[in-house]
Amino acid sequence: MSDIAKKQAEWQPKIIAFLCNWCSYAGADLAGVSRYQYPPSLRIVRVPCSGRVSANMILDALRSGADGVLVSGCHPGDCHYISGNYYARRRFAVLKRFLEFVGIEPDRVNFSWISASEGEQFAEVATEVTERVKKLGPARHLVKEF
Amino acid sequence: MTTANERITQELRQRARQLLESGQVAAFVGYTSGSMPMVMQPFVARTPEETDRLEWNSFCVLNLANYLPALLKSLEPPRRPGDPPPEGPLPKVGVVATGCWSRNMVVQIQENQVQRERLVIIGISSRGMVDRKKVLGLVGHADVTSVKEDDNSLLVKGPGLEQEINRWDVIRDNCACCVHPDPVIFDHMIGDLKGERKLGERFKQVEEIENMSVQARWEWFTSEIDSCIRCYACRNACPLCYCPTCFVDDSRPQWVGKSIEPVDTAIFHIIRAYHCAGRCTDCGSCESACPMGIRMRILTKKLQKDVLELYGTEAGMSLDTPLPLSTYKLDDPQDFVLTESLKGEKK
Ligand code: SF4
Ligand code: SF4
Ligand code: SF4
Ligand code: FES
Repeated sequence: MSDIAKKQAEWQPKIIAFLCNWCSYAGADLAGVSRYQYPPSLRIVRVPCSGRVSANMILDALRSGADGVLVSGCHPGDCHYISGNYYARRRFAVLKRFLEFVGIEPDRVNFSWISASEGEQFAEVATEVTERVKKLGPARHLVKEF
Repeated sequence: MTTANERITQELRQRARQLLESGQVAAFVGYTSGSMPMVMQPFVARTPEETDRLEWNSFCVLNLANYLPALLKSLEPPRRPGDPPPEGPLPKVGVVATGCWSRNMVVQIQENQVQRERLVIIGISSRGMVDRKKVLGLVGHADVTSVKEDDNSLLVKGPGLEQEINRWDVIRDNCACCVHPDPVIFDHMIGDLKGERKLGERFKQVEEIENMSVQARWEWFTSEIDSCIRCYACRNACPLCYCPTCFVDDSRPQWVGKSIEPVDTAIFHIIRAYHCAGRCTDCGSCESACPMGIRMRILTKKLQKDVLELYGTEAGMSLDTPLPLSTYKLDDPQDFVLTESLKGEKK
């Protein structure tokens, strides 16, 4: 393996994960307790509901140097606040397309539904998102140098 | 012979005068001409005499809905936060509305910024407004001292300049792709309703960009906003931007830096446009207000296109349809959700 390829393989992206307290955060916990392996690239921010996550927050993560973002909430129908994730689903669908429109790579910003019992799925998603972001390389477009 | 706009002006003055004289409204919002050709000035008439200053032409580019929330508030008796609302009907405001402006009023009513019963809306089916920057481009940015309008042409004059321009060549981009010229709510109409326009290439400007590669899109976006001076005229001209504290002014957290550093300018434009998702009527006020000629309207047009594609609704078409992003359906599309698309792959 060449030096560059090695470096690339070793590079761990920084991914900000906004996880809903009631499902995905507990799912992440379960993944840990059950000792499922996943890359150490996620920085978790616990939020009360996926509906709490605004476009401002996602962009703030990117601006602060995140290579990727994951927002994860309860499955539709399971939101602790009944409908938070239904509203969030519309907002994120539109936001994701919009960010792609202005030239942000589709795989940088990701969304998922993971319940409290889905530890394995959490590990899978964490691995998948990390792989996708790794392929893209470090984020540059919206990163502010302080 | 009088032109269509002259006839509208006459009728507008009459209607506004009558509304003010009879005491039905306390103020009437329209346009008057300013000191520069091709720049019209929003104008609030408060006495019957002042209505003689009202004017209507192809340069009424700023959305008058923008002035309603503050104007209505200013007409209420003063009260402290927590005081009970005043009793009895509050003073009303008369306002001119084209298709898009009326749709912005619908949005404002739905968002509780404006009360329908306090508005008397004079509807005008729009023929489209002229882009002053396009006119200046056609005359080589020469000094223009007067512009005389006919129904289909403009006579532009200045020192050593006399040029006739076809009005339809210099129509604003948003007006050229507008399909709803008729007001959706009004109390009186001036002229007739025109009906929906059929337009094959309504989203052409957006599609051209969608078809580019990711990298090319980023380059387009950054070069488009490159000259932005962050004056926020685009935000101030927009009837959706009534937030007491805009995100650009927040300091904890500070979502966006205040300088014209490219990253901050990009974030400003992304968030400003996104805040208008599902609410923007493509009135073009933002773009017309920009001193730098930035075409930031394409961003909100993209959002309008996606919302229509995904949820089948457009902002402000009727008071009874909730705004697309403040409602949901159980089976809204979710193929963008990673866990859903992975499920699909596994199957
Ligand atoms: S840009 Fe957003 S935060 Fe600022 S005034 Fe408009 S809607 Fe409000
Ligand atoms: S974003 Fe621009 S086009 Fe849309 S409503 Fe506001 S001013 Fe009009
Ligand atoms: S009006 Fe134009 S220059 Fe001013 S902030 Fe908006 S895009 Fe930038
Ligand atoms: S509580 Fe988990 S998405 Fe709303």
